[in-house]
Amino acid sequence: MEDDAPVIYGLEFQARALTAQTAETDAIRFLVGTQSLKFDNQIHIIDFDDENNIINKNVLLHQAGEIWHISGSPVDKSVLTTCYNKTSDSKVVACAAVWRMPAEWESGAHESPDDSSNNPQTLELLCHLDNTAHGNMACVLWEPMGDGKKLISLTDNHVLLWDLQESSSTAAISSSATLEGKGQLKFTSGKWSPHHNCTQLATANDTAIRGWDIRSMSQIYCIENAHGQLVRDLDFNPNKQYYLASCGDDCKVKFWDVRNIGEPVKTLEEHSHWVWSVRYNHSHDQLVLTGSSDSRVILSNMVSISSEPFGHLVDEDDLSDTEENNQEEKCKEPLQDSIIATYEEHEDSVYAVEWSSADPWLFASLSYDGRLVINRVPRALKYRILL
Amino acid sequence: MDADLSASAATAPPDTEAGRKRRVHGMLKLYYGLNEEGKSDQTESLDPCDINGPHFDPEVYLNKLRKECSLAELMDQETCMVKQIRSLDSDMQTLVYENYNKFISATDTIRKMKNDFKKMEDEMDCLSTNMAAITEFSARISGTLQDQHAQITKLSGVHTLLRKLQFLFELPARLNKCLELQAYAQAVSSHRRARCVLQQYSHMPSFRGIQDDCHAIMDQLAQQLRQKFRDGGSSAKDLSECVELLLQLDEPAEELCDKFLSHAQSRLEADLLGLEAELREPVSGPVTTIDPAGASSSKPTTTPTDEGPAASPQPTSTPILSPSARTDILEFIDRGCNEFVSSLCLVIASYQELFINRPQEGDLASKNIPQMASGKLHSFVDALAAQYFTLVERRIQEEKGVGDNSLLVRALDRFHRRLQALSKLLPGSPVPSQGTEIVVRAARERIRQYLAALQSFYMDSLTDVRQALAAPRLSVGGAGVAGSGGLLAGAASVKDAPPSLPDLLSSLSASILNQIKSVLASVHLFAAKDITFSNKPYFKGEFCSEGVREGLVVSFIKFVCQSSRQFCESAGDRGGTTPPALLLLLSRLCLDYETSTISYILTLTDEQFLVQHHNPVTAVTALCAEAREAAQKLLNHYVKVQGLIISQMLRKSVETRDWVNTIEPRNVRAVMKRVVEDTTSIDVQVGLLYEEGVRKAHSSDSSKRTFSVYSSSRQQARYAPSYTPSAPMDTNLLSNIHKLFSERIDIFSPVEFNKVSVLTGIIKISLKTFLECVRLRTFGRYGLQQIQVDCHYLQMYLWRFVSDENLVHFLLDEIVGSAAHRCLDPAPMEQSVIEVICERG
Repeated sequence: MEDDAPVIYGLEFQARALTAQTAETDAIRFLVGTQSLKFDNQIHIIDFDDENNIINKNVLLHQAGEIWHISGSPVDKSVLTTCYNKTSDSKVVACAAVWRMPAEWESGAHESPDDSSNNPQTLELLCHLDNTAHGNMACVLWEPMGDGKKLISLTDNHVLLWDLQESSSTAAISSSATLEGKGQLKFTSGKWSPHHNCTQLATANDTAIRGWDIRSMSQIYCIENAHGQLVRDLDFNPNKQYYLASCGDDCKVKFWDVRNIGEPVKTLEEHSHWVWSVRYNHSHDQLVLTGSSDSRVILSNMVSISSEPFGHLVDEDDLSDTEENNQEEKCKEPLQDSIIATYEEHEDSVYAVEWSSADPWLFASLSYDGRLVINRVPRALKYRILL
Repeated sequence: MDADLSASAATAPPDTEAGRKRRVHGMLKLYYGLNEEGKSDQTESLDPCDINGPHFDPEVYLNKLRKECSLAELMDQETCMVKQIRSLDSDMQTLVYENYNKFISATDTIRKMKNDFKKMEDEMDCLSTNMAAITEFSARISGTLQDQHAQITKLSGVHTLLRKLQFLFELPARLNKCLELQAYAQAVSSHRRARCVLQQYSHMPSFRGIQDDCHAIMDQLAQQLRQKFRDGGSSAKDLSECVELLLQLDEPAEELCDKFLSHAQSRLEADLLGLEAELREPVSGPVTTIDPAGASSSKPTTTPTDEGPAASPQPTSTPILSPSARTDILEFIDRGCNEFVSSLCLVIASYQELFINRPQEGDLASKNIPQMASGKLHSFVDALAAQYFTLVERRIQEEKGVGDNSLLVRALDRFHRRLQALSKLLPGSPVPSQGTEIVVRAARERIRQYLAALQSFYMDSLTDVRQALAAPRLSVGGAGVAGSGGLLAGAASVKDAPPSLPDLLSSLSASILNQIKSVLASVHLFAAKDITFSNKPYFKGEFCSEGVREGLVVSFIKFVCQSSRQFCESAGDRGGTTPPALLLLLSRLCLDYETSTISYILTLTDEQFLVQHHNPVTAVTALCAEAREAAQKLLNHYVKVQGLIISQMLRKSVETRDWVNTIEPRNVRAVMKRVVEDTTSIDVQVGLLYEEGVRKAHSSDSSKRTFSVYSSSRQQARYAPSYTPSAPMDTNLLSNIHKLFSERIDIFSPVEFNKVSVLTGIIKISLKTFLECVRLRTFGRYGLQQIQVDCHYLQMYLWRFVSDENLVHFLLDEIVGSAAHRCLDPAPMEQSVIEVICERG
């Protein structure tokens, strides 16, 4: 029972950037980047001890500027990228860089957790993603299944594909694409598809969602007016290659089959304000997490469009076995698309939600006031999915 | 002696006549010894002094007289006595004389008779001898004639036989002649007479020859009959005659039935072809219809006999392919009835006459013809009726226009009525019930069409409303609107002002209601009392409840709700093409429906159609709930759309500005004024349709001055510590504490049906957007100050619109607080300066 209670961690600064440490599959670890214009910004490494329900934190300094986006390398758990705002001469520029966490942060943390905040170590800069020619960085994406050598950055209206060379010390643009159109087009967010050999990318700008082929750097599809207003975030279904979730300022979460972009497959309208983040669970893709500026996090169970068998299709053969089976069947039936839980621990807008990469039943959400909440999927549902 | 005395008394004075008469009788009877009267006589007679009694003793009497009477009396007695005796004597004499006379005459008569009888005896003897002689003679004569008589009898027998033979021999010739003269009936009867004989004597060669000849001729005749039978031109009467003859000729009845039916079929099919041609015609030249109404009104008068018996005039007189233009359905049905149905009835009648109802004689009876024949007839009628029905249904399906229902109903009525005639003629046939089915289907289809018409009317009305809403912006005058439909003419005629929302609403709802009423009236025709099919169970029950109430009225209301909901969905996704005012209007319309209109319409329907609910029907409350839900959804959507419009302005204004390098604020930004203006106009718009609503009581210090002091003090308190580097936590702490005590604000939350709630919703959405946009930007010192000014301006004007002004305060505080956080050089402006700037703006 008490295991299900949320664990709350407060940061001193306002924060928007949250990521799970992708390469880490043993420990439950999240990275949070802070936003402060006046102080040195920090990256908080949040370790969650599942057994004792305790949070261990480590702080690394990120002196370059306030962090808008953070993402960890899928290969090397000590490598990460940030998008940050650099203020100089009354000009605000959004840049991106690849960083390495100092090797000893972990040991130090264990020895004296209380002191770590007093003597924060600094991130080691590997390289800048030089974007002076292209504009403000919106986000940086790692190649999902790659060797940690390829990055994509969305910069104003450009998609830039970077190659990290010489053990990530230099980054070079290997190819790029530009979004043409009238007005000032700006990518707000994007996602690198883990499917198709990592050759596809989806981006969001204004109300449209676009798919790109990375090999030719050309657009494959475009869902105009995917949302009534700005599209805030995207996520690919990790198991179904054509399925894509999106969310936006119209308070909706939509699920798309990119082969048929005329209509969304499913629409959720549960939030009462803009939805800023949507995430598929990495292993059980019926679990979808959304965070919104109505300060709520909603966990939904989208059985009907998940890769897992749904409804009767599963046990058609077993039906004849025994009556007990039938009864079980009946018990299972009500498992339909539904909201599993609404988490209201946040007091401010939730800008980021993220599943743990180590424990598929655990997720974190981050609100603007710096509150990080770690929650679990309700046990009843967990067992239901597993059994 | 006594008798004489009494007889003399009979002539005595008349005063005692009656008594005396009786006495005379008695005395005479006594005299003749006929003593019947018995006792009284005996008692009387015992008296020896009674002069009339049998025991009369003269001595006693005399003594008695002498003793009792005086001399005078004795004298009198004596004279009286003498008188009586005298009269008795004379009576006696008369009687004796009479008797004597009679006796003498009798004797005379007897003597005379004796003489006569002797004479007669002689004559009788003479007669008997004569008779004997006659008998003898006669016997002799008959004996002589015996032989001749026998011979004559034989001769006459031979004669008849010969005549028969002659008939037989002449038969072929006669038959031939009959054949030539086409006197088939005579031929058949002749042949029938001869047939048995010929059959019997067929072993003789000569008869055989005749028989063969006759057979040949009769075959020929049968052939001719069949030919005639097959020949289409012959009349029904001829035909029936033909059939009768053929039946007599031992033609197999089954074959005849088939032929008869096939013949009839060909004729009926011609009728059907005519109908079908009519069906096809409109495609070629529908333009030729000039006055369908006139045609329809004139047509029924020409066919007033449609309810007449089946033996109506030959339908062949009508040209099969009439060059008429598109006929209306009544005409079509009329034609179908008059041509096809009446012919069919005719056929059925004559067929029944011929095969089913004819008296069964002889060997025909054994063949069980009626059963076979009626079986054939049924299948025949079924097949043809099916064809007819498909045609009629096709025609009915073409009946798409919903203008005049009465024509269709009348046509269906006629159609149905004629089929009832068929049912009388052919009981047990499924055809009439199939006809009823068609009528039912047509009625259902009609309801569906009416529903579609209502729906399209509703959509058209909405389009009109939309145009009316858009028109004031495009053209100043109301003339452009007037053309969009009579519906809005009233509203549009107000030249100087655009049609106001309440006007539009009332005219819209009134026209919809009128339309519903007129549709109900049209549909009601189906259930009218003078329509034959209206008393069918379907039209009494299901039609009213399932069809009209559920299928038409409830469906329409549901459609209204559903289309309203669609406005919310489609507009939200694809850029919001629905004007917000329309959403507001529809929301009010749905709300009105919920409160009154739905129950009114349903009550009206139930009353008009006397709906008896056999099946559970949609309850008024359910519909009302649906309408309310739609109203709620529409209003929510309205809030969302309006909120978005304002949000969009705010977002653009925040996103496009370089807040770091902005100049010192001198004015409230124009966009803020625009926001206030728009909010005010929305307030007016909503106020036209919705009530004010409850707002939390304003405290006396809710005037802008005291309010701004309040806000400034709070703002100072809030972000003063934020730029003192020592306490980075305080900001969060403060804001968190603040949030702990304030309720969570649902931004896109359902609103109530009143103006304040709507406005609150819109303002909430706008300000939250403002907040989120501010948080995405970085501000310079003047940028923050500009935000301060803007927020103060908004505070000045927006509080009056919302239900709880603290909400506005809170959100604006958040905005300024967030801006301060995102500020590189947070140096807030003096409150007094802000106020000056705002008041100047």
